[in-house]
Amino acid sequence: MTNSLNWILQAASITAVNLGTIPARKGSVAEAVFGIAGVVAVFVGVLSIAVGFRRVMTNSTSPDVAMVLRSGADTEMMSVMLRDQARVIEDAPGILRDRQREAVSMESLVVMELTKRGTGIDANVPLRGVDQNAMMVHEKVRIVRGRNFESGRNEMIVGQAAASEFAGLDLGATLQIGKDRWKIVGIFTAAGGIEESEIWTDSTALQFAFDRGTTLQSVIARLTTPAAFREFKESLMNDPRVNVRIVRESDYYADQSAMVYNLVTGLGILITSLMAVGAIFGALNTMYNAVASRTQEIATLRALGFSNGPVVISIMVESLCLALAGGIVGAAIAYFLFNGFHASTLNWESYSQVAFTFTVTPALIFQGILCAAFIGFIGGFFPAMRAAHLPIVSGLRDN
Amino acid sequence: MTSVGLVWSNLGRRKLRTALTAMSILVAFLLYGYLSAIKVALDGGNFGAGAEDRLVVRNRVSITQPIPGTYRRRIAMIPGVTAVAGANWFGGIYQDPTNFFGQLAVVPEDYLRVYPDILISETEKKAWFSTKNGAIAGRPLAEKYGWKVGDHIPLKATIWVKADGSLTWDFTLVGIYDGAKPGSDTNEFLFRDDYFDDGRLWDKGKVMWYGVQVNSANATQVARRVDNEFADSSVETKTESEGAFNQGFAKQVGDIGAVMLGILGPVFLTILLIAANTMRQSVRERTAELGTLKAMGFSDRRILTLVLGESCFLAGLGGGLGLAIAWLLISVGDPTGGALPAFQFPTLDLLKGAGLVVVLGAATGIVPAVQATRIQVAEALRRT
Repeated sequence: MTNSLNWILQAASITAVNLGTIPARKGSVAEAVFGIAGVVAVFVGVLSIAVGFRRVMTNSTSPDVAMVLRSGADTEMMSVMLRDQARVIEDAPGILRDRQREAVSMESLVVMELTKRGTGIDANVPLRGVDQNAMMVHEKVRIVRGRNFESGRNEMIVGQAAASEFAGLDLGATLQIGKDRWKIVGIFTAAGGIEESEIWTDSTALQFAFDRGTTLQSVIARLTTPAAFREFKESLMNDPRVNVRIVRESDYYADQSAMVYNLVTGLGILITSLMAVGAIFGALNTMYNAVASRTQEIATLRALGFSNGPVVISIMVESLCLALAGGIVGAAIAYFLFNGFHASTLNWESYSQVAFTFTVTPALIFQGILCAAFIGFIGGFFPAMRAAHLPIVSGLRDN
Repeated sequence: MTSVGLVWSNLGRRKLRTALTAMSILVAFLLYGYLSAIKVALDGGNFGAGAEDRLVVRNRVSITQPIPGTYRRRIAMIPGVTAVAGANWFGGIYQDPTNFFGQLAVVPEDYLRVYPDILISETEKKAWFSTKNGAIAGRPLAEKYGWKVGDHIPLKATIWVKADGSLTWDFTLVGIYDGAKPGSDTNEFLFRDDYFDDGRLWDKGKVMWYGVQVNSANATQVARRVDNEFADSSVETKTESEGAFNQGFAKQVGDIGAVMLGILGPVFLTILLIAANTMRQSVRERTAELGTLKAMGFSDRRILTLVLGESCFLAGLGGGLGLAIAWLLISVGDPTGGALPAFQFPTLDLLKGAGLVVVLGAATGIVPAVQATRIQVAEALRRT
């Protein structure tokens, strides 16, 4: 007991002395801390892009909403269905109903090119035709300004993100598409979800304006419970009148976000691994220098009867402290620089823009600091081993 | 001892520090390589700059909306237009969804006129003109999947359901084409529009876009004429040069690319600064030795060469290896597993990287080198 207490005291006192010498070595210490801060800042920063994108894609989706597409179609863009098929779906079991209506929306989708505000770049925005019951299906959607469109008229409501991203999407403004003029009568939100990047209008008006006949892209239904999905799906898969693919809304959008998420995460991890290698060299350099400049002190301590363990521990602790300081600084930089940054990018799957916000989550910060600790561990381990194997006599002589 | 020998033994003075500095320079240039590759991939550099004298006409609403096939005749009559070819995007799956390549339904005679980059033998051309389900593929594409002329190639449609409700379209490979220039797109699978149009269930008689060959002098003017021709009709057009069309996609990726590059640039510079600082420090530690050399009669010029030689050698070693490893790793392929099909290290960027290595060596060496020549011998020797 006394032994191990003694051991800990030894380690603590050497560590204290070591940390006390930091001001004397501030150049090389700053270099290591700075390097590690850089790795963590880039790691957290780049991954906050991926996390933010995925959040938008999944914020407003729910597992009790089912999407029905043409069989073989991966996305709504690829799906074409006929209205009489859609009628069959309306009668399927498991759909949420109240006295007069079913929570089913037959939806059409047209991708439209508009000019982005500020940059003047033309980019794609989805124009979605929905049913009168759409709000029952997309329950997160709320009109925040103006009013809902009236069916059968050339009126639109615009998602908040789309409105701030694209020129001309202002409440009360008119949009000229081909020969038709469309009036923007409302702005809506969807709890930060994907719908906010869209423009909505009446499905029938859209079919008419874009010469779509009675074809549509998807049927979206809210079910009574997430568990009702099974029954709903089975009944339609066994129905010879329709040939469809049925997915949960939450799975569909998780799938849609996979490509951008994987791209950004893949590149982010690649870049930070490279930087981490650089930072490990930096940390090694600093700690080897620390050991080299203290050769005499370390040898003296050992001659005085300090054992190897505390010497090793003290060097590891110093390295870890520096790394954690770097990690915290880096995470803070990433948080202040990136968190809440608005951007928009192309979602390859739907071929249209998705507006999103970079999001630094506690999990990301934790991973970043873990990454820093790893660098600190490697950076301290080898120099500590060298210190432990230092021959005492020549160490004392060293000048 | 020769200068080279002296540089070598100086580097060996503190082997560990030399190795660590060289390694961090190596990492910086490895990062630089990836930076260039990511930039090219996100910039849409893979789509090529496009021909000056070619326009792309599409539906003004967006590229995903079709335009009438009857526009072909009207576009062909516009002054300045020499050839018109409609195209439809097929987007089918060959065996596995990850096997991605462009598949276009085209009118062969029209398409070969507008895209003279496609080089194909007369026999194969004739075979294509006379085989309704005939298709041609670029040589790299055919080699990738081991296709030979005469092979049957089934594609599973993701969009275009056949009139009979099935999704599988069968094609016969009748030719393999080469590109006229190194940058020509040779990764496309081209088949006949009449086969496609007869077979599909909807949008019959429509195309997704037209490629238009014009008299090169006034491409912008011709583009305006095309759009004016269809202004106020129910389907308006948007016409732009092939280059602008190709870049439109990359521009839509937008901010993400800019942010990533904005992050990487400073990172690269920071690593270089740290490495430079270490190198300067190692010269400063040797003031006394340099003084001794001067006392022994070394000229200022030789001292300058020694110090510069050392920094250039270190930069060259780390940077050269970094660029080489980057080049090797990047040619292995895209790190994201398919999200960036055209992942490459452009030769120009490789050369710029090599230039940066030289600049790094010179810039980090020059200040300590000049300082070293100014050392007063007596002063330096006293420091021991």
